[in-house]
Amino acid sequence: MKIIVPVKRVIDYNVKPRVKADGTGVDLANVKMSMNPFDEIAVEEAIRLKEKGVATEIVAVSVGPQKAQETLRTALAMGADRAILVQTDDEVEPLAVAKILKAIADEEQPGLVVLGKQAIDDDSNQTGQMLAALMGRPQGTFASKVEVEGDSVSVTREVDGGLETVKLALPAIVTTDLRLNEPRYASLPNIMKAKSKPLATKSPADYGVDTAPRLKTLKVSEPPVRSAGIKVADVDALVAKLKELGVA
Amino acid sequence: MKTLVWVEHDNASVKDATLAAVTAASQLGEVHLIVAGAGCAAVADEAAKIAGVGKVHLADNAAYKDALAENVAPLIVDLMGHHDAFVAPATSNGKNIAPRVAALLDVMQVSDILSLEGPKTFTRPTYAGNAIATVESSDAKLVITVRGTAFAKAETSGGSGTVEAVSGAGDAGLSSFVGAEIAKSERPELTSAKVIVSGGRALKDGPTFEATIFPLADKLGAAVGASRAAVDAGYVPNDYQVGQTGKIVAPEVYIAIGISGAIQHLAGMKDSKTIIAINKDEDAPIFQVADIGLVGDLFNVVPELTSKL
Repeated sequence: MKIIVPVKRVIDYNVKPRVKADGTGVDLANVKMSMNPFDEIAVEEAIRLKEKGVATEIVAVSVGPQKAQETLRTALAMGADRAILVQTDDEVEPLAVAKILKAIADEEQPGLVVLGKQAIDDDSNQTGQMLAALMGRPQGTFASKVEVEGDSVSVTREVDGGLETVKLALPAIVTTDLRLNEPRYASLPNIMKAKSKPLATKSPADYGVDTAPRLKTLKVSEPPVRSAGIKVADVDALVAKLKELGVA
Repeated sequence: MKTLVWVEHDNASVKDATLAAVTAASQLGEVHLIVAGAGCAAVADEAAKIAGVGKVHLADNAAYKDALAENVAPLIVDLMGHHDAFVAPATSNGKNIAPRVAALLDVMQVSDILSLEGPKTFTRPTYAGNAIATVESSDAKLVITVRGTAFAKAETSGGSGTVEAVSGAGDAGLSSFVGAEIAKSERPELTSAKVIVSGGRALKDGPTFEATIFPLADKLGAAVGASRAAVDAGYVPNDYQVGQTGKIVAPEVYIAIGISGAIQHLAGMKDSKTIIAINKDEDAPIFQVADIGLVGDLFNVVPELTSKL
C-alpha cells in the first residue's frame, strides 16, 4: 500500500521565538527552520513500514512556501520515494491543509496517512483529525505504536491516564507522538540521491481549495514575563520558604 | 448563544477537566452538556448539578463507551444543529474529538484557549507558549478546546439542569477499542494538584527517581511530574510528563528537581504560582523562571529536605 506523509517546515525547535515589536507575529526572518519534529517521526514510521514490506511507496507532501522544498528533500533523503509541494506564501490553517490533503488522498488512494500530532509553531493539534473527518475514515491520534495487520491497523495511543489501543479499518489516518520511534539521520549519499527523486509542485487552486483564513489574528504578544526570584543558601532556608507558602 | 460542552468522564463520574470548560462556555452563553458513554446515567445526573448548566444530553450506547472519535463526532454534529458553539476541555479526548467535529461542520477550531476577549475573540498560546495570539473567528459556529489551568472550575453543586436522552447513530463501524493500560496512582491527579514535585534526567534511573522524588511528594501531599527526558529514559510512565507535548499544569507550587528547564518543559509549567528549582548547575535555565532556587546536589538536598519537613 501507499503511505502519504504530510510534513511542515517550522522554526527549529531549539530556537527561542521572538515576537515582533508591532505585534503582528513571530519574527521568522533569518531564523533557522527545520522539519517539524513530529513529522520526522511520521516519515520514520512510514519508512519502517516500507522496510517491513507493509508499504510499497511513500509520498511526502508539504503545503507552504517554495523553501518547503528543502523539508521535502529531507523527507526524500530519509527514504520517501517522491514528494508533492503545494506551494503558497500564505499561512494555511489546519482546515485548509486538511482539504488539500483530502484532495491528494483522493488522487493517490493511500492505505495510510501518517502525520505529526501537532506542529510546534501553531500548536493546533488538528490537521490529522480534520483529514480523517473529511475522508470519512478512522483516526489513530497520538500514536506510540502502529501495527498493520491485514486490512486493519492497531494503534497504541498516548492518553491522559496512560495508554490505550484501538483497531482501525484501513485506509486510516495516524498522528504520531514523540515516543513512536527515533528518526534516522539522512546520510550524505542519501541526501545526494534525494536530489534526483521526483518533486511535483502544485498550488492550492490545482485542488480547488480556498485557503482564506477563518481565524483572523488580531495580535501576537509576549507571554507575561517571569523574572528570576531569589536563591536560598541551604535546605533549612528552603524549608522556611515552603512553610511561608503554607505547603509544609 | 447556546453552547454544547463535552463532559469528560470514565462512565462513573465527571472528571474535573469538564469544570473549567463549563466556566469558559458560560462566558459565551447558555451551557448545555453532552454525556456520551455506556451505562453513564449517573454521570449525567452528576453533570446536571454543575452550577450554571441547562440541559444535559445523555447518549447512552455501547458505541460511545470509549469515546471513539469516529462514533462520537457524528453525534455531536447532530446536536450542533441547535447549538452555536462546541466546547471541549483540552484533554486527550477533547483534542481527539473536537477537530473531527470542526471539520465535519466546516469550521476552524480554536485550540487550547486561555481567555475569551469577545463573543468570537480568544487568546491562545503558540510556539510552545512563547507567543500569545489573539484570534477572531469568522465561522458561523465555534469549536473550541479549553486549557484547563486557565479557567476557574465551575461549582459541582447548585445547578439544576435537566437530563434528556439522545440517540445518535451509534457505531460507525470504522474503529474498535482493544484495551487500555492506565497507570495507577494514589497521589493527586497531576493537572489538578496544588503542589507538584517533578523530576528530570538527573534522577539517573527509575528506582532512583522513585526513592528520591516519591517520599518528598508524599510528605507534601503532592502529585509527581517529570520532564520529557525522564520519561523518554523510562524512569516513569509518559502520563507523568509535563510540557508542550505532555500535560499543562499550573499548581500553587511547582518543585523542579534535576530539570534544566528546556522551553518544551517550561511551556507546561510556567504558569505555576511559585516555582522552586533544585539543580546543581547554577546556570540552568530553570533558575531564570524560578521564584526560589537552591543550587546543590539533589541526592543530598532532596533527602535532607524530605526529612526536615
